[in-house]
Amino acid sequence: MTDQVVAQGQPKSINLLKVLGPAHVWALGVGIVLVGEFMGWNYAVGKGGAYGALIACWVIGLLYTCVAMIDSEITSTVAAAGGQYAQAKHTVGPLMAFNVGLYLVLAYTMLEAADIQVAGQLVQIGALDMLASAPVNWEPYTILCLAILAWLNYRGVFMTLTVNFVITAAAFASIVLLFFAVKPWSPGEILQHQELLTGLPYGWLGVIAALHFGIWFYLGIEGTCQAAEEVRSPGRALPLGTMSGMITLLIAAALTWYVAVGVLPWEYVGWDLELAPLYDAAKVVSLPLQILLFVGTIFSAIASANGCINDASRAWFSMGRDRYLPAWFGAVHPRYRTPFRAIIFLIPIAAIFALQIPLAQIITFSILSGLLGYTFMPINMYKFRKKWPLGSIRRGYVHPFHPLPAVVLLTLCITTYFAVYLGYGRQLLAMMAFYIVVSLWFAFHRYKYVRRGDQFTMAWPRPRGY
Amino acid sequence: MVAKYVPPVQSRAGQIFDTIVLLALVFIALFLPLWLSIAVPSRVEKLPEGVSYVAAEDGTRTWTGLSWEVLGQNPTMQAQWEKLGHSMDSAAEIITQPFDYTIDYLGIALTGVVILGYFIFMLAMSEREYKQVIAEKFD
Repeated sequence: MTDQVVAQGQPKSINLLKVLGPAHVWALGVGIVLVGEFMGWNYAVGKGGAYGALIACWVIGLLYTCVAMIDSEITSTVAAAGGQYAQAKHTVGPLMAFNVGLYLVLAYTMLEAADIQVAGQLVQIGALDMLASAPVNWEPYTILCLAILAWLNYRGVFMTLTVNFVITAAAFASIVLLFFAVKPWSPGEILQHQELLTGLPYGWLGVIAALHFGIWFYLGIEGTCQAAEEVRSPGRALPLGTMSGMITLLIAAALTWYVAVGVLPWEYVGWDLELAPLYDAAKVVSLPLQILLFVGTIFSAIASANGCINDASRAWFSMGRDRYLPAWFGAVHPRYRTPFRAIIFLIPIAAIFALQIPLAQIITFSILSGLLGYTFMPINMYKFRKKWPLGSIRRGYVHPFHPLPAVVLLTLCITTYFAVYLGYGRQLLAMMAFYIVVSLWFAFHRYKYVRRGDQFTMAWPRPRGY
Repeated sequence: MVAKYVPPVQSRAGQIFDTIVLLALVFIALFLPLWLSIAVPSRVEKLPEGVSYVAAEDGTRTWTGLSWEVLGQNPTMQAQWEKLGHSMDSAAEIITQPFDYTIDYLGIALTGVVILGYFIFMLAMSEREYKQVIAEKFD
């Protein structure tokens, strides 16, 4: 529920619209993440070699399996806008919730910045490669892309995610078409794995380092639960959309790695300034494929940025509504029923990072915020089961083998912090400095504006031990 | 019965100030270290034996002793680099800059303490706040 001050000055209660089905949930999850197959994952090759990236893809797949197991249990029980943010309010406490909300906002805003940078730069590269025209500047295309997506999101979530569904499906089809076009049944004809694949250039330390960008294969799939409040049937649509999304990503990740490292030298794939490895792989093969992957990469970047604006703004909106942030952000548009102020506020931040910061480093900020969020999940699970043991409240889904997934997830998170430290240690410290300072700001300043009892909205019994 | 906490109403100016503080933190902690190239990936230059270069003022390099073989590239790799529009010289600028994974134990320990300290502080403060939430909700 949100208080929206309408023109006459009378407060009026307005809800987000419940219009989304499983296909929208799939589009929201995969739409955000699929771009990770078109760009960004390749930096894992730079950190650990081609095989290192493949191992990282599998290991991080295990991390996300644990995330999905834990998230399914808690999301099926706490179906509220904000996803993990709403969960943290009920299981850990306001400061944790504030941090989780910021993890979501920054993970999605940085991903959005990376997406629009890729979209703009690819227009420049495509023009140079295919039109033999004079070089174009990429910056105006980046801003144009962001402006259109912001307008779509401002206008309404249903239209936004319907657009996402169509362009995500087209982008996924481009990966599948590329895979068949390089004739995987005829090794040596186009695919040259025998000649291009080398061992582990940095040994097993490089494999660990590659976990850093291995996250990029899947980062954001947990965003499906951001839309819990706008889904018609959360109990059916959320698990169905999330699971079909994970399967889509696993297939796309395998195809992507196989094609890219079978066509391009690993040093090229993993270079910090390499923008779009699948596009480059297609470029080496033929012009029609190059055009196909140009369109596929642009579509995936646009779909991802679209979903990110949706998710980041909803997390920011939720925090404004709860007064964790200025209450002004907790407003819903009286006509379109979207969190319009949150949408508009975050757009310039994404634009500035997109225009000024190199892609690998923007991605690292997104990954780090995601990683902090995954570190929260084992804590979340432990507290959830301790405060409301099985049988004490109705759960939509109970994940098996507890606490094994939580322990595995925490171990993988700690290893991935070390992976980020290898090569990006200063950026890791910069991000931690940010979260420490904002936590102090919240604990000693902002928390006084928060209504205590309103933070607990579920109809559950009192938690055990309190 | 716990008395219900009534938070103060934040003025419009207060809301604007808080928003500016958050924006400033984002740009000081996250944007500036990257923009000023303080937090950059730790790549090092590693030239193969017998290879050297002279850099001109405009940044272009004139290489000596360079060949695809000394760069560790076989004929297939060489062909792919060329299809991608790279010459041996431009490929060398990429290949000769691997990551430096030299372990700095003090740096690892410091980073670990920062991350652990952050989570400990956050969980401790959250616990205190959570007790207030539960007391007001259920008492």
